[in-house]
Amino acid sequence: MSDQFQGIAPMVYQSKINVPYSWWAGDTATRFFVALRDEKKITATKCGTCGKVFLPPRKACPLCFTANVEWVNVSDEGTVLTFSVARRQLAAIPHDRKIPVIWGLIKLDGADTAILHYLDEVKPEDVIIGMRVKAVFSETRKGTIRDISHFKPVK
Amino acid sequence: MAKRVAIVGTGQTFHKSHRPDVNGQELINEAVVKALADANLKMKDIDAIVIGNMDHFEGINYVDCWSVDGSGGTMKPIIKLTTGGTTGCTVAIGGYHLVGSGMFDKVLVIGWEKNSESDTTGAITTAFDPVWDRQVFAGAISGLAAEAQAYIARYGATDRDGARVSVRDRKHAMNNPYAQLRKEVTLEEVLASPMLADPIHLLDVCPRSDGACAVIMASEDTAEKICPKPDWIWATAARHTYSYLGDADFGRLTSMKEGSQELWKKAGIKEPRKEVDVIELYQPYSFGGLIWIEDMGIVGPGEAPRYIWDGNTDMGGELPINPSGGVIATNPIGATGLIRCAEAAMQVMGKAEGRQVPDVNFAFSSGFGGCFWTDMILHGKKKPK
Ligand SMILES: [Zn+2]
Repeated sequence: MSDQFQGIAPMVYQSKINVPYSWWAGDTATRFFVALRDEKKITATKCGTCGKVFLPPRKACPLCFTANVEWVNVSDEGTVLTFSVARRQLAAIPHDRKIPVIWGLIKLDGADTAILHYLDEVKPEDVIIGMRVKAVFSETRKGTIRDISHFKPVK
Repeated sequence: MAKRVAIVGTGQTFHKSHRPDVNGQELINEAVVKALADANLKMKDIDAIVIGNMDHFEGINYVDCWSVDGSGGTMKPIIKLTTGGTTGCTVAIGGYHLVGSGMFDKVLVIGWEKNSESDTTGAITTAFDPVWDRQVFAGAISGLAAEAQAYIARYGATDRDGARVSVRDRKHAMNNPYAQLRKEVTLEEVLASPMLADPIHLLDVCPRSDGACAVIMASEDTAEKICPKPDWIWATAARHTYSYLGDADFGRLTSMKEGSQELWKKAGIKEPRKEVDVIELYQPYSFGGLIWIEDMGIVGPGEAPRYIWDGNTDMGGELPINPSGGVIATNPIGATGLIRCAEAAMQVMGKAEGRQVPDVNFAFSSGFGGCFWTDMILHGKKKPK
């Protein structure tokens, strides 16, 4: 590397720019989060044209482009479509999740799309694609997707 | 399309993990000067510029303006395009549209990145939905790992199959003086390297790089005067498939499938495996080299491991993939897609030196973003009909 410098060590300037954001979830997602927080219910929107049930709920069907006006309840049980095991404690992983973190896509019964979440109460080597899992709700719920703590195997 | 479009010159930096000896504009300038020299053009000949890099990587959000000292963009039409990992391919598609429209005759296209200046994980996290996916995130590699797991479960592939792709690309990089990592590895070394996210080992994935690439495009009015054997752009495609990660079909790259079908149709290609001569795939991890060539229709679903083990995609094989060493050897993200495009162009123009594939008629280059979006270009020796 030093041969690049031609006798001059370049200066380096450090920065920690702080750029705060507030993201409005909107009416549709908020309705989902309120039902999750207050009633431990998992809800989704259904397209009146193609009949597809979307989770996360979509205000309009992305394919038909018509408004999704119908809400349905979906099960708190579903199937693991795929997963991975994160072996490094990356900054993007919430601090309360310690490696190995099992992360996957879960298709809940009654929904046509999968949601992303953590799997727990299971060893990484025991997780298989196709296994049945059930939502474990957080004790203190604040109206976020982490009001579901994780999914655990159905015994 | 009003005008046919060709690539008439390319340039790239010697890619490194860190380039503390230059700032961003100076890095960009190295690639631009090389591309102009390759095309035997001067900056005054350039009618417009398209530039791009990855959002948040250098923390400079007016790159079109800030870069003019290096890009040559002072008092010229210049536009920034940025689409995450696909940026380098998107800027090429943007240049193609500008020249093809007939409004600009010669366009300079630039992709660059000083990845060493960024918080990669933080920047990549911004590619995911803040209310849903980011709340339950496990890093960008976990998304790729979940794709690989689904493919393995569906077709019975193994981590050895992935490792074979990494061995290939790292061997090919030995022929490319511009590549960052030029060290051969064995299958056993890949499998023994630390597990990042099951089934992806450290040696299955790309590094972080500082580098820039520039490509000059010209219309059919001047292309053959500038360059006797230009690289004609036959077709381009871009596809996105989801807003939330759970909508994607993990184990299949739907965006690649639909985009490449569009390319083959536009060019009248019936059997891509036989008609395409070389591929520069934006393949940031080894398993993508299995899954995605099936989605391209090179081989059928589940057939990629056998095809690759048989040496078909090695140099000298039926369809060499990543003669440059690809993304696993070099990844300055905003430049990476444009390096694929430049390398494919060099193959068509016969300028790929130690990594040249003989008699290239059609070449394919691609860009890949975050998780599962794809841009692509079909390059050809003959002028499109
Ligand atoms: Zn619909």
